[in-house]
Amino acid sequence: MHEAGIAQSLLAIISEEAARQNARPISAKISCGTLSGVNDEALRFAAEAIAKDTPCEGIKLEIEHKPLQAQCRDCNITFDVELSQPRCSACGGENFKLLPDAGLILEEVEFQTD
Amino acid sequence: MKKVDIAKKILSENDKHAFENVMFLGQHKKLCLNMISSPGSGKTTILTRTITDLKSKIRVGVIEGDIQTDIDAERISRTKAPVIQINTNGACHLSAVQVSAALKKLPVQDLDLIIIENVGNLVCPSDFDLGEHGKIVVLSAAEGDDKPIKYPGIFAKAKALLINKIDLLEGGLLDFDIERATTDARRLNKDIKIFSVSARNGEGMNAWYDWLAESIKAL
Repeated sequence: MHEAGIAQSLLAIISEEAARQNARPISAKISCGTLSGVNDEALRFAAEAIAKDTPCEGIKLEIEHKPLQAQCRDCNITFDVELSQPRCSACGGENFKLLPDAGLILEEVEFQTD
Repeated sequence: MKKVDIAKKILSENDKHAFENVMFLGQHKKLCLNMISSPGSGKTTILTRTITDLKSKIRVGVIEGDIQTDIDAERISRTKAPVIQINTNGACHLSAVQVSAALKKLPVQDLDLIIIENVGNLVCPSDFDLGEHGKIVVLSAAEGDDKPIKYPGIFAKAKALLINKIDLLEGGLLDFDIERATTDARRLNKDIKIFSVSARNGEGMNAWYDWLAESIKAL
C-alpha cells in the first residue's frame, strides 16, 4: 500500500499549486510507469482519505499507465515489454535492454474558476 | 475551469531528500546498499552473518526499517555493529528523509559499508529512492521461483539478487527452480549479479562478500 505515500506526496504538490492559483482543484492527471506498480483503486482510496477536509476534497484522479519499453540489441527496434513474457516483439529474442521506466508524474491539474 | 500543466515527479519531495543522502554518502565516500525483500526472506540473518564473517575486513553499519519493534536492531547489535532502528508505524517502506536522519546518527567515519534493511515488502520500497548506491533484492527459496516475474519492479532495479535458504532445496522439499528464477531475473535485468546462498550455513556467502569488497573498492 505504497499508494498512501504516493497520494500524500501527490496531494502536497496539488495543494501547493492550488494555493498559488487560489482555486479549488477538481481533477488531476497522473501518469505511472509500469515498474511503479501503482494500483488505481488503492491510489484513489488513499487520496480520498487524505484529501478529506482539505481543499483537495473530492478531487478526481485520472490515472494513465505507461508501458515499459525496451530496445532489442539484435534488431534495434523499441517495443513495449510484456512482463510475463519479455521478448522482442519483432524477432522474439531476449537480448534487449530495458529503457528507463516512465516513473510517477503529475501531468496536469484542473481548477475550478468562478 | 482552468487546466494547469504541472509535469512534476510525484515523489520529488522524497527524491530531494534522497539527493541529500547521495551527497552525504559521496562526501564521506561510503558505500550504501538498500536491501529489499518479502518479510521472512532472511535479510537480518544475511546481515548478521555478513557482519560477523567480514568483521576483520569490512566495518558495516546498519539502518533497520520495520513497521514495529526493534527485534531486528537487537539482533544486529549482538554482532557489535552500529545500528539505527527506524519504525515506520504502519508505512510499508522507508523514505529518504528517515534515512537521512538515521545516517547522521551512525558513526559513518568509522564504517566501510552502510546497509539499509528496508521494511519487508517486495513492492513498495522499490519506488522510494533512498539515495543508496544500489538496491539488493533477497528472494528465499521457500517463496517460489515465480517472484521475479510477479514482482518485476524490484528485480529490474536491483544491482544484486541473493537467492537465500538454498539449504532447503536439498531433500526435494521445495519445488523452487533456481534456473527459472535466475533466467527470469536476468531477462528483466541483464546486469544483475546473482548469488545463491544459505545465510544459515554460510554456503555461497563468499561470492557475496567478494562482490561487497569489490563494490567498496570501486567507489
